[in-house]
Amino acid sequence: MRWIAVWRRNFLVWRKLFAAAVLTNLADPLIMLFGLGYGLGALLPSVEGMSYIAFFAAGQLCTATMFTASFESMFSGFSRMYGQKTWDAILYAPLVIDDIVAGEIVWAASKAWLTGSTILGVAVVFGLAHSPWVLLAVPAAFLVGLAFSAVGVIMTVLARGWDFFSYYMTLVMTPMMMISGVFFPAEQLPAPLLAIAKALPLYHGVQIVRPLIAGGPPPALWLHVAVLLAYAAAGYVAAIYFARRRFSS
Amino acid sequence: MTPLAARGLRKSYGGTEVVCGVDFAVEAGECYGLLGPNGAGKTTTLKLCLGLIEPDAGAIELLGQPVPRRAREARVQVGVVPQFDNLDPDFSVEENLVVYGRYFGIGAAQMRKRIPALLEFAGLAGRADAKITTLSGGMKRRLTLARALVNEPQVIFMDEPTTGLDPQARHLIWERLRRLTQEGKTLILTTHFMEEAERLCRRLAIMDRGRIIAEGSPRELIAQHIEPQVLEVHGQGYEQWMQRAKTLSPRVERVGDTVYCYGADIDPLLRDIPKDLSYLHRPASLEDVFLKLTGRDLRD
Repeated sequence: MRWIAVWRRNFLVWRKLFAAAVLTNLADPLIMLFGLGYGLGALLPSVEGMSYIAFFAAGQLCTATMFTASFESMFSGFSRMYGQKTWDAILYAPLVIDDIVAGEIVWAASKAWLTGSTILGVAVVFGLAHSPWVLLAVPAAFLVGLAFSAVGVIMTVLARGWDFFSYYMTLVMTPMMMISGVFFPAEQLPAPLLAIAKALPLYHGVQIVRPLIAGGPPPALWLHVAVLLAYAAAGYVAAIYFARRRFSS
Repeated sequence: MTPLAARGLRKSYGGTEVVCGVDFAVEAGECYGLLGPNGAGKTTTLKLCLGLIEPDAGAIELLGQPVPRRAREARVQVGVVPQFDNLDPDFSVEENLVVYGRYFGIGAAQMRKRIPALLEFAGLAGRADAKITTLSGGMKRRLTLARALVNEPQVIFMDEPTTGLDPQARHLIWERLRRLTQEGKTLILTTHFMEEAERLCRRLAIMDRGRIIAEGSPRELIAQHIEPQVLEVHGQGYEQWMQRAKTLSPRVERVGDTVYCYGADIDPLLRDIPKDLSYLHRPASLEDVFLKLTGRDLRD
């Protein structure tokens, strides 16, 4: 449990910069949610039996969670590792790189969870979700955060410079957002694209959260949970492998 | 118990061996220096001793623990002052120490009790709430030193602790390091600052190209490796005079436009120097030993 000290270090920084951190994390996704939700919603009265804004809220919750997890684990993580050399300082103490990787992943997932939960809260307040089922979206947001944080830390420990993250964001995250059923049902995609979406974590997050917002249990819940857990676990193992390699040379 | 012992240490990076068979042992309560030009392998040796990187060969024992296998356990009682400050810029002076204490499992309440003494030691009393960005280079270095002491370590590693500091700041650090040795702490420092090594280290090892090429107390090293007196001569016509000097001094060396004469008795040379040459007569120093052993070529 030594990684908790790493988590607490990041938490303390976040608490000091609370206002700016919350604003940047939440303003963007909420503007998107209401702008697109009400704007497009006027044209599309109902999608899969939900109002468009409720449909989009599920996608936006997962997307914003993905972005928070990825930004925190990549840009902020890289700044701590590479710019500030905070990781080096931690390694003089009785911690090893595995502890730092674990602390960073759980921290970024926690921050992402806060983003997801807040969007969920806004959705509930605006009457987009009514059923108690929606409460399950709270742990689901953490799971989505964990999957993307683990992958993000892999990128961080592989990165040689800041540009590296642009590739991941442009070539992986943006297309993933388009095919994972965030803006429209993924099932209307051509079969090959749908197959790719199903291999990626965001699709599974949306598949869990959307039925919960609609007010019922998600079909094939455990499959989706298993995929997200697999990304988190495999990402954790790979991040440790590459982090050890980076820090042993 | 020997605080630190290393035997047959080797480490290569990409086919280049940067540490090639290093042996040394540090005694409890001494300040031991690793002296060497840039790229001699000093920092790599420190990292190996801390268990931050794995040696290709050799054995290390730090505070009774085999390293790297049980480096984490050893580091519980170790403090580190790195070459480049890596204080947390988002935190105040006090928060830096509190957060760092947590890495050792020290709670915030306990840490806050230790902080006044640590800040006093670091000459930062009254600065607990200062932001890191407002501190001078010397203050940051002292805070880094205080941070290395949060866990009340037995052994403190310092990688070039005073590089980049002005003389006032440097002397303050030296004074504090002496105080630590008086308290019985074991210090291991790397430096390429001869004055620092001469003043602080009870024993030191001169490293070059990944090897220890000499070891001993500063005085022993000077006595063993170099003549006690040095005369530096330069000015118009030094080349002619150099020929005469060679007959009067056991060892004469020319570096650029300066002639260095070494010997036990320099007086015959002093009497012989023509008026128009400038000279400096001084006792031999560790720097002379260092340059003799590692050569005068630039290392970058």
